[in-house]
Amino acid sequence: MMGRHRLLDALSHLVLCIGVLITVFPIYVALVGASHTAQEMAQSPIPLWFGHETWNNLKTVLWGEGPGVTTQVPVYRMLWVSCVTAISIAVGKIIISLLSAFAIVYFRFPFRKAVFWGIFVTLMLPVEVRIVPTYQVIADFHMVNSFAGLTIPLIASATATFLFRQFFLTVPDELAEASKMDGATPMRFFWDVLLPLSRTTIAALFVIQFIYGWNQYLWPLLISTEERMYPIVMGIRSMTAGADSQVQWNLVMATALLALLPPLLVVLCMQKWFIKGLVDTEK
Amino acid sequence: MQSLQQSDAFGTSVEWVGFDNFLSLWRDDTYLASFKTTAIFSSLVAGLGISISLLLAFFADRIVRGAWVYRSLLILPYAVAPVVAGVLWLFLFSPSVGLASYVLEQWGVRWNILLNSNHAMTLIVIAAVWKQISYNFLFFLAGFQSIPKSLIEAAAIDGAGVWRRFWTIQFPLLTPTTFFLLVVNTVYAFFETFGVVDATTKGGPGKDTAILIYKVYFDGFKAMDLGGSAAQSVVLMLIVIGLTVLQFRYIERKVNY
Repeated sequence: MMGRHRLLDALSHLVLCIGVLITVFPIYVALVGASHTAQEMAQSPIPLWFGHETWNNLKTVLWGEGPGVTTQVPVYRMLWVSCVTAISIAVGKIIISLLSAFAIVYFRFPFRKAVFWGIFVTLMLPVEVRIVPTYQVIADFHMVNSFAGLTIPLIASATATFLFRQFFLTVPDELAEASKMDGATPMRFFWDVLLPLSRTTIAALFVIQFIYGWNQYLWPLLISTEERMYPIVMGIRSMTAGADSQVQWNLVMATALLALLPPLLVVLCMQKWFIKGLVDTEK
Repeated sequence: MQSLQQSDAFGTSVEWVGFDNFLSLWRDDTYLASFKTTAIFSSLVAGLGISISLLLAFFADRIVRGAWVYRSLLILPYAVAPVVAGVLWLFLFSPSVGLASYVLEQWGVRWNILLNSNHAMTLIVIAAVWKQISYNFLFFLAGFQSIPKSLIEAAAIDGAGVWRRFWTIQFPLLTPTTFFLLVVNTVYAFFETFGVVDATTKGGPGKDTAILIYKVYFDGFKAMDLGGSAAQSVVLMLIVIGLTVLQFRYIERKVNY
């Protein structure tokens, strides 16, 4: 139907290639950077092609042994901290918001609207805005430097509740009525009907929340005062803290690679869910 | 939440100071300067991020073969943490070893983010935009693909060129998406870029790249002025609520048509 223009197609590819180049280039440089020795990285301009040191650099940072390591805690510990926080944030968030959305959609109780808006307005606020009071609460509970302190404040969020609410609203009422006729309790309806229906939504949300949890920075910065509880994102930061010329860029880049690999894999492998989750969460 | 904030307006010594914290904010030149920095920064980030990704999505929508390759590669930055994005770009632009600064030097630009505040600002804008492009891109792409092909074809039959079709059909239909992204990007630039700023410039040189959220952190947890920091949080919170309300009134309207 529509005439396809050769020229325009070529232009499209060209523009997209430039776009891809821009998005991929820093990651490529990180890959290259992680494959050289410290001496090679200290010269200007730095080499543009891969060296042979990738494995050694990764080993050095992962186990925190060898020359040039500035952090006391090996990176594998940081990876562990990041993993635990990211997964517990994702899972916790999904459970809480499933239940609260269930309550809001299927039960009539006084002030339902008010509760909904309450959840909505308060929790829309990113943690960043409420750091001072949240920090006080966590500190009073003695949860500084613990996984609980790292995750609980971040689990509270309305975006997921809202998403599930929207989804539950699209589930036909007949289903709820039918299960009531069959004598199912509300929880049973939730478990056997709603949960299977919302599987894709849950998967999509998991991807988004995992990345969200993994990439948290400001909050761990306040809560983790001991290096033992540093997530990897913070570990990197402390490695570049020195003077410009003294930074061991090869090691920093190796750590950066380790830090961006897990979320990258999640995004790439679960691309379908990821896009669905992203586009749905915000609508 | 609100009550927590209120009780926090006690100073470090437990003393009710009322609105003094807010008043001193108002009189604080560095705070106003930080407001200005934030305004510049977030409009740059939102503007650049949206226009670049609109461009990319427009072309990606046209392509049939190999579209998924581009898509997979373009969404990569979303997975990168702001801090890591900051570190990656810092590496490219670092004065002594950076690749980009080397190239700039060849062109006769003395690049130093530690001394020149414009350079520092450019760096954080680039890093922040880079990270946000993939997000915007996905939304625009979804937007483009939800436009019925018949509309475009009808316009094509009527003799409208590509350019015309874009401006008279696709772009107007994308205004909801664009507006939504504008709000989201502003919120992003306000808050999530903390990592980028902290990893690259630390608000420097001087205070020239200290955006509001960085100032909240710095005043509260580095300078230990908790009361002032809480007051700043309240101001920020009002801004977010304003933006959210704006977004919601807008979504309601979208449902109607």
